[in-house]
Amino acid sequence: MTDTLRSLSTRFLDARLVGVLIVALLATMPFVVDAYTLSSLSEVLAMGLLAVSVAVMAGNAGLPSLGQVAPYAVGMYTTVVLIRSGMTVGPVLLLASAGAAALFCLVLGFAVIRTRGVVFLMLTLAIGELTYQVSQRWTDVTGGTDGSGRYDATQAFWGTEPMVKPDSIYWYCLAVAAIVVLIVARLVSSTPGKLIRGIRDNEARMRADGHRVGHYLLALYIGAGVVAGIGGSLMASSQRMVFPSDSNFNISALVLMAVVIGGAASLNGAIVGLGLVMMLRDWSNTAVAEHSPLVLGVLFIVVVYLLPGGFAGAASRIGLRQRKEAT
Amino acid sequence: MEFLDGYIPHIIGGIAYGLLLFTVASGLTLAFGVADVLNLSHGSIFALGGYIAYALTDGTWTGLILAVLAGTVAGALFGGGLSIAVAPLAKRGHLAQALLTFGIAMIVGHLLVIVFGSGEKRPTLPTELTKPVLFGGNYYAGYHLLFIVIAGILAVIGWLVITRSKAGARVRAMVDDRQMVATLGTNPKLVLAGVLAVAGGLAGLAGALGAPILGPSQGAANMVLMQSLIIVVLGGLGSVGGAFIAALAVGQVHTLGVALAPQWAPYLLFGAMAVALLIRKPPPLLLGGRA
Repeated sequence: MTDTLRSLSTRFLDARLVGVLIVALLATMPFVVDAYTLSSLSEVLAMGLLAVSVAVMAGNAGLPSLGQVAPYAVGMYTTVVLIRSGMTVGPVLLLASAGAAALFCLVLGFAVIRTRGVVFLMLTLAIGELTYQVSQRWTDVTGGTDGSGRYDATQAFWGTEPMVKPDSIYWYCLAVAAIVVLIVARLVSSTPGKLIRGIRDNEARMRADGHRVGHYLLALYIGAGVVAGIGGSLMASSQRMVFPSDSNFNISALVLMAVVIGGAASLNGAIVGLGLVMMLRDWSNTAVAEHSPLVLGVLFIVVVYLLPGGFAGAASRIGLRQRKEAT
Repeated sequence: MEFLDGYIPHIIGGIAYGLLLFTVASGLTLAFGVADVLNLSHGSIFALGGYIAYALTDGTWTGLILAVLAGTVAGALFGGGLSIAVAPLAKRGHLAQALLTFGIAMIVGHLLVIVFGSGEKRPTLPTELTKPVLFGGNYYAGYHLLFIVIAGILAVIGWLVITRSKAGARVRAMVDDRQMVATLGTNPKLVLAGVLAVAGGLAGLAGALGAPILGPSQGAANMVLMQSLIIVVLGGLGSVGGAFIAALAVGQVHTLGVALAPQWAPYLLFGAMAVALLIRKPPPLLLGGRA
């Protein structure tokens, strides 16, 4: 037990250092890369929060969600609706998106957190996919498959200029993402965070010890949804035009693969993994254009067979969890 | 009654669609319940069957029968192949299966688009089936009625096989206790491969038979997979009877819901699933207590 705690604390310290290095590296980007790459990187940061959301669920509770795009879409469209109605101040957009995502997850959470294993996968998948269907059909808000159309730029703060240049948008995304990841890292290492990992490792025992497992998991689901919702808000602010396909199952799957590559328990790993996956996606979109799904499909298969190490963090424990449930 | 009359065609259409979904979802729920495989490429098998039907039908009855047989065989081969592909992942949980089968679905979906183009394809049916048929005061597409009969017969045969035959007993035993089945001298790997092949065959059959109702396309593949997953959740993992009832309900929501409240149709399915999960006591849905 003490060994576990010690390895956890060293891992956290390492993670902090790695996190600082990642942020430092990302902060140099506006001076290094061109505008197009910078706007792609802004998207990576927005989707990086989606990946963090998945990683928090999978790594800490052992619940790999296939549907975190749902709160992500809620955050994204909350921001779009607010900007269209004239509210363009960043903090308001972020808080409103986070709140909408939290409400969404509160309502669904009661059903979601009752399930485990394959039912959890299917239920979250269904939630993600149905949200996508709603976003395709609720044309008043989403514009349907034609997309939202161009809307106004976000202001980083009250009284500041609207962000129209790729570099100012990038700074905004980087600042928000860094703050959110920092808060998540603190929460994960807090006492409730440890209790949630306890639930992952031995749920029956945690129940027997008198812990309210349902409450913790509901809080986790809502918290992960808030992170995804903020990611969606960043996406909406950075693209200034969104489509339902920005939050479909393909995105879920890409993000999940990124988390798997990065090692599900690590927040940094999730973002780095996502960066790699997005680079590959963009590369295949330009290099082999229409055959991009083929490249990604092969990558999925290769990752699953050849990178069980990527699973090492959480997925081996997910496997453990499932075996326990089976008995 | 006059109020209802206008909706009867939708209800009949919903039954046809529900039975179509049942054919797909029964395979999916068997694969889940027995082989413990989360197959996200199940919708692609459906599309594969549909494209095969599109390619082989030429307006003759022989062509139609040939197409349905070919679709079934292709689906069964796909399912059998899948059992080999997932074997190395046996200890790695459902997430690995989900990623693998999603990758397979991406590749197969893309290859189908390369071969057949991205537009929606409809098979050429014998002219007898394309004529409207008068039934109970309303006109229906003849094919819908034939489909309901055939899918109904299939459901009965499936039910008899599972509840009455020796193979069915073995499969049901696998759901309850895999180790016990192995101890009694049945190779569980063979049963698993068989179940996946049957599941794939059912999806291919549904794709070929259902192509005139729901033309094959990438979108159809995703929608069918999605609705089948909902059916499996609603019906209870591995429960073919549950899947039957859930499939008919989803079929009604899909067609009658669209007719009655087009804006609300996607939410209705969503709501139905959430309600089912909330009112049901959790245990039967959890892995330990497969219904």
